[in-house]
Amino acid sequence: MKNSVRIGCGAGFSGDRLEPAIVLVEKGRLDYLVLECLAERTIALAQKRKANDPTKGYDPLLERRVEKLLPLLKQNSVKLITNMGAANPMSAAEKIIGLANKMQIDLTVAAVLGDDVFHLITGNEISTETNSRLADSGELISANAYLGADAILPALEAGADIIITGRVADPSLFVAPLVHEFGWDMNNANIIAKATIVGHLMECAGQITGGYFADPVDKPVRDMENLGHPVAEVFSDGTSLITKVEGTGGVINLATVKEQLLYEVTNPKEYITPDVVTDFTTVFLKANGKDCVHVSGGNGVKQPGTLKVSVGYKAGFMGEGEISYAGHHAYERAQLAGKTISRRIKNLFTGFRIDFIGGNNTGEVRLRVAGRTPLQKTAEQIGEEVEALYTNGPAGGGGVRKYVTEVIGIVSTLIDRNLVKSSIELEKT
Amino acid sequence: MKLYEIAHSRAGDKGNTLTLSLIPYDEKDYAMLCEQVTAEKVKAHLLHFVKGEVIRYEMPNISSLLFVCHDALSGGVTISLALDAHGKTLSYVFLEMEIDIN
Repeated sequence: MKNSVRIGCGAGFSGDRLEPAIVLVEKGRLDYLVLECLAERTIALAQKRKANDPTKGYDPLLERRVEKLLPLLKQNSVKLITNMGAANPMSAAEKIIGLANKMQIDLTVAAVLGDDVFHLITGNEISTETNSRLADSGELISANAYLGADAILPALEAGADIIITGRVADPSLFVAPLVHEFGWDMNNANIIAKATIVGHLMECAGQITGGYFADPVDKPVRDMENLGHPVAEVFSDGTSLITKVEGTGGVINLATVKEQLLYEVTNPKEYITPDVVTDFTTVFLKANGKDCVHVSGGNGVKQPGTLKVSVGYKAGFMGEGEISYAGHHAYERAQLAGKTISRRIKNLFTGFRIDFIGGNNTGEVRLRVAGRTPLQKTAEQIGEEVEALYTNGPAGGGGVRKYVTEVIGIVSTLIDRNLVKSSIELEKT
Repeated sequence: MKLYEIAHSRAGDKGNTLTLSLIPYDEKDYAMLCEQVTAEKVKAHLLHFVKGEVIRYEMPNISSLLFVCHDALSGGVTISLALDAHGKTLSYVFLEMEIDIN
């Protein structure tokens, strides 16, 4: 058994930068690289791409990320765990094998399957957000259960070099390799809680190294343009050091770690994942020299009997339009523009909103109009009417931009975990 | 005094729920923040955004507070019409709050 395991997190969302992951693999002395690329809505959008083309539905940046990383992962003996499979881990695994064959790199890829539970959802389940039936929100298009570390473990045991998943709870991407390396018992809630805390701290990558943190006056961050992503060095007792590669930009200190520990937590006494329920009020942090924080403590109680399911539904279309006014009476003219648009088209929309951006001391005000409707054509009218303000609205309006977006909403429900059967598929070069 | 003079904050979102941490630069100020920054005061300060209940969690282990604000994101990131649908900018709106210290 290793004395410690080093895990880097090279992406904290699907659009994250590519370079920090390369630095981590080259210089981080990693055992594992995790790329977390799947937000709640990302998977519903991916399901739509898969419906249009059954070979698609994995992360659109998969090829770009993996192509650069494959040779480096091999050279440095680093294993990759990522949820870039999104709605189609199987096709993603085949894509990676194709890339590896082209580069003549030998490896085994495991796809983790089973999170797609659309066939188990009737629409009559109660949403945890709205307290009404899921189907009341709109036409349902996807349902993905959050799998836990137990779904990833068989892939590690099978010796996979790359593990590609769909919907897995973000911290579980970190819990699985720690359980595998240290031989921890998934039923030992206190140790799994500690691993979950590591995962929670790491999953947003640059958000613990000074990203989403910097304020040049009160919270300065060094060399932001070269912001490094984090490395967790985890020990067999579950304590860890959060650090980063020497020479990269950014900062890790008590302030960055505290901000990330509390990020998106809705009940710190009961942080629920498929693996364990963790009490964040029992975590202790200690500064440990430059860009390094020691993490200890963290108690847990047993695995929940249910899994959260993210359900995507069609929520119509959003239309947006923007126009700017400057100088004398800028705010008054922007207000007149907003009132004019409202009178012309507000009643066509199920949701309608006017914002004034800037103003007061800046000398420039930007009017933003947004509306929601079931119909794409109606959504387009927002931008058309804002654009028409050029010649049919207040004086001195400029810089129109217009957008139409199809809206996919997300509601959640809980499902008996025994109904969700995960499995792995191995693909070799 | 404004909150930003002694503390920092990060905003997070889960559905239509906004989370705001409050972390003093100096851990000695934690007790004072507990006394001054109640859930009611935060709700009043963010009334324009937060339509539901605000729950405060005390985290003495890291000398920090967490405010969980319900019905605060115009329906949540996936369907909100707001420009900042996540509410990521709201941490700095929060830090504009006035507190009384002697």
